[in-house]
Amino acid sequence: MSRSTRHPVPPRRPATAKRLRRLGAWPDPRVYLLRHAEVLLSSLGRLWRNPVASLMTVAVIGIALALPTGLHLLLENARLLSGGWDGSTQVSLFLRREVPEAESQRLAQALGERPEIAESTLIPRAEALEEFRALSGFGGALDALQENPLPDVIVVRPAPGHAAPEEVEALVTELRVTPGVEHARLDMQWVKRLYALMEIVRRGVEVVAVLLGLAVLLVVGNTIRLDIQNRRREIEVAKLIGATDAFIRRPFLYSGAWYGLFGGVAAWLLVSMALWATGGPVQQLALLYQSQFRLVAADAPTVLALLVGGALLGLLGSWLAVGRHLRAIEPS
Amino acid sequence: MIRFDEVQKRYPGGHEALKGVTFAIDKGELVFLTGHSGAGKSTLLKLIALIERVSHGQVVVDGENLTRMRRARVPYLRRRLGIIFQDHHLLYDRTVFDNVALPLVISGVPHVEIGRRVRAALDKVGLLGKERLYPITLSGGEQQRVGIARAVVHKPVLLIADEPTGNLDPDLAREIMQLFLLFNQVGVTVLIATHALDLVRALGERVLHLEHGRLDELRVGGR
Repeated sequence: MSRSTRHPVPPRRPATAKRLRRLGAWPDPRVYLLRHAEVLLSSLGRLWRNPVASLMTVAVIGIALALPTGLHLLLENARLLSGGWDGSTQVSLFLRREVPEAESQRLAQALGERPEIAESTLIPRAEALEEFRALSGFGGALDALQENPLPDVIVVRPAPGHAAPEEVEALVTELRVTPGVEHARLDMQWVKRLYALMEIVRRGVEVVAVLLGLAVLLVVGNTIRLDIQNRRREIEVAKLIGATDAFIRRPFLYSGAWYGLFGGVAAWLLVSMALWATGGPVQQLALLYQSQFRLVAADAPTVLALLVGGALLGLLGSWLAVGRHLRAIEPS
Repeated sequence: MIRFDEVQKRYPGGHEALKGVTFAIDKGELVFLTGHSGAGKSTLLKLIALIERVSHGQVVVDGENLTRMRRARVPYLRRRLGIIFQDHHLLYDRTVFDNVALPLVISGVPHVEIGRRVRAALDKVGLLGKERLYPITLSGGEQQRVGIARAVVHKPVLLIADEPTGNLDPDLAREIMQLFLLFNQVGVTVLIATHALDLVRALGERVLHLEHGRLDELRVGGR
């Protein structure tokens, strides 16, 4: 009896093989998504089962992310504070002398209602004269004049959100051509200097952020590298029974993203705690300056950026580690 | 199913494991591969699973030429094979069920089907009640049977086994061999590397004999 007839091949066998092949190359999208969700959760569970090691990694990432975030908030607060300082950017509008006081009053009120203007105060010419007489010591000289030489003046303070030099300058240009206004004056030199200084600090914060972002990449990369080494056997077995690189890569990538995300949460907590700790003294200092200033916490977009950025950094870090180390593991 | 054409395998360092090996195995055959340790049996199996690549010659498995197969295609080849190792290659931090389910998970088989097929495979090797146990709590023979269940759960077209009975006593070894005969009877091509010559003789199947990297004999035993 010949070999081929002793064990007849059942007709369904090749069809099964073909089906499996197809399944492997193009899995059902629902199954595919389900697998992703499973790996997402199982990689979370893996972190959970090694709480000490995971917490240490998360803490390092948290501190690294907290520094630039905290500095960013500091700058944000400084910007708000500089915008809110009394007389920080103050535009004086000298009105034409023929404009009656009632008209000046109306103009001051109209300006005060504009969104980019926080406050608009009219100093009537009579009042200005009194003040000048009291403060300057030229009382006698003034008495010699036939009439009050001073015009009505409207003092305008831009709203805190519109205190950037360009915006204020645009506002002044516009006010200069407002009917009734003879002259608009603005002393911005020191504001410009302050903003220039803050720009330098901002650049510094950006540099720090980039460096610490790199540190996060390295921390995650190293953690994932160790993880890969610990699971070397598992990777070998999986490769032997037909796991693709993508299949093996997936849990490590998700782990990295989890590390980054939790690092972001830790950074948020750290920054919030720092704000809470410094909030009281800052308020006291503000009170000494008769200011209502309070530290602002991170707003929603900042927190979102922190969390998403953390997760992306984690993902990238593990991607780099996986790319370098996974290929080296082959069954033998 | 398998065709070797003047296959030569030289390892880095100069050791020549296979020297001009030529043979063919048809679909549905059961073939033993014998020879002393170091004769090249493991190397030959590794070439089939693309764990190693040939230095010269050609290997064709299930109609595909492995000599030119790209790295990215290798997993899909391995999914059509069932591979059984002497040391089981089980994952000891996972249950028997999870170990056997791994090939199905890798191929993206839906959940419901995985449970059904894993239990069917465990039933075939006689371990149905032990799916929740960890491999470390099982005996050597049982662990080997878990390895076999994992190798057949995804219904491979070709089963290759490297010394599957190496660490087992003769009774257990015979039991394992009976399992392979069973799979062969439902149409799976089986290639078993072993040096349990008496067992092979008793079964009377086709035998390929390797000696110092050469396929010296080609004996077809009669029953």
